[in-house]
Amino acid sequence: MKAKVVLACLLLVIAALVAVPWIASYFYVFIFTEILIMGLFAVSFNLIFGYTGMLSFGHAAFFGVGSYATALVLIHLQWPFLACLLVSMGVSAVLALVIGYLSVRLNEVYFAMLTLAFGMMIFAIAYQWRSITGGSDGLAGFTLGSFGLGIDLTLSNPAVYYHVVLAIVGIASLVLYVICRSSFGLVLKAIRQNPERVAFAGLNVRTYRLVAFIIAGTFAGLAGGLIAPFLRVASPELIHWSTSAEPVLMSILGGTGYFLGPFIGSAVFVLLETWITSFTGSWMLVLGIILALMVVFFRKGLLGTFLDWWMEVKK
Amino acid sequence: MSGIGSALLNSLDIGLLLFIIAVGLNIVFGVLNIINFAHGALYMLGAYLAFTLINLAGMPFWAALVLAPIGVAILAVIIDRLLLRYIYDRDIADSLLLTFSVLLIINESVRLIWGSGIQVVEPPSLLAGSINILGGSVAAYSVFVIVIGLVILAGLWYLFNRTRIGRIMRAASLDRDMAEALCINTRLVVTGVFAFGAWLAALGGVIAAPMRAVDPGMGDKIIIESFIVVVIGGLGSFPGALIGALVLGLIHGFGGRYLPDVNLLLPFVGMALVLLFKPNGIMGRSTSL
Repeated sequence: MKAKVVLACLLLVIAALVAVPWIASYFYVFIFTEILIMGLFAVSFNLIFGYTGMLSFGHAAFFGVGSYATALVLIHLQWPFLACLLVSMGVSAVLALVIGYLSVRLNEVYFAMLTLAFGMMIFAIAYQWRSITGGSDGLAGFTLGSFGLGIDLTLSNPAVYYHVVLAIVGIASLVLYVICRSSFGLVLKAIRQNPERVAFAGLNVRTYRLVAFIIAGTFAGLAGGLIAPFLRVASPELIHWSTSAEPVLMSILGGTGYFLGPFIGSAVFVLLETWITSFTGSWMLVLGIILALMVVFFRKGLLGTFLDWWMEVKK
Repeated sequence: MSGIGSALLNSLDIGLLLFIIAVGLNIVFGVLNIINFAHGALYMLGAYLAFTLINLAGMPFWAALVLAPIGVAILAVIIDRLLLRYIYDRDIADSLLLTFSVLLIINESVRLIWGSGIQVVEPPSLLAGSINILGGSVAAYSVFVIVIGLVILAGLWYLFNRTRIGRIMRAASLDRDMAEALCINTRLVVTGVFAFGAWLAALGGVIAAPMRAVDPGMGDKIIIESFIVVVIGGLGSFPGALIGALVLGLIHGFGGRYLPDVNLLLPFVGMALVLLFKPNGIMGRSTSL
């Protein structure tokens, strides 16, 4: 019964998402494109935070590098969009392997500081390597050509691009969901709850953490590849740790214990940001206060708090 | 003065300033077992308070050096009683997240109060020029930073090893429950230590104000530097903070002069090397999984 209700809700939401360009203005098409991309970024982050229990403050390194990879391929090689996204994922995966190898062996405090520092190292490279990355201006002036696989799409049309993003984010989320529900995902949850016991059960905790870190980095790279054509620029800010903080905030906001929590967090985050910045410049101040309240009083996030409330009501 | 000599002096003044800041982070971690993400924001508040006291209230630099850190320490007591007390017995990730929200609030408040531009704090006239040491001319302010860094170093050593308060802090850092069983008011210790860490951060901010740009981004820069210092030196270790700070000072002092193309990268390379060969930092306790 419960599974059926959830499935029905999900199908309804998906149908509504597909219909967005026909029922809402272009303004909301842009908003929802951003929500979907940031949502994928946040879900990939939650694989290591909510599931494995590793708080990374450098996840934007993979997001930013993914966006630079797509921008560079579009500028220099003009490959189809799908190929660009594969390059983004590949480059981010390799980077996640290197950073992860150095970071996952340490406990969570060190892990948080290290991922932050390595993220800022990538930021420093993007900022200083002017000839390749365009320095502080970033890379702009690239245009999307074909989609790939012989599919004919006008990617420059925001509504078409929105549907492409929706399809890719949907497929990527499904893959991540299958990973989370697999025995591998169960081990990750066990590592969050009690790494010593998992180690005593004969599993190599470090390897599991590293693989989770690489998967998360790869999908963050995919999200980065999607954001570059959307923003029409790949800039160092996408790598900066203030960008790394966004998936952290989205996951906390939506609920770290649920697969869809970060998506809900992303939607609330982007909509609140749009709404609050329309009448005050102090979005970050509001965000800080919300985060403090969430951490202290509503640690389960909006989704978790809602579900708890729902259970109470049903009783 | 020769190139190497001035690079060395430069390394020493950067290093000792970093020590003052990073040791505050380490003391808070040692006793409270939280990483204070807002440490850099408190450093920035010290610098901005000094700016207000000197440029707007017309006070001498020395008065700001005393008053601004006390002001920030009082704010830290409020932050502790208002927010942090809820999460002391929770997972350490929660303390990172909560202090991160404090950082967001302070950063944005600074923008609202003082604006986004760069503010300038002049050094006191006594320290404005240069003085002659060993036949070379040296910026007087660098000498001041080194002297005050050494004073803080000696003072902390004395505090931890020779006073009752220092012994209580060390006891609380080793085993808080046991300290409580021995009739130590650990709640008071926790609040006091958090305020003391904030005092050190703000002191660093006042000292840095005449050397560096006072802008809303200065806190974010220093928190990364402090993290690198404690990773290199060892988290929670008092000598580790000194060694890490001096290593980073040397990297900055010599890297900026001899390898300007990669100077932003060098601290991270140093950190990665320490991690590869000594994952808990040069003076670190064993915290690895």
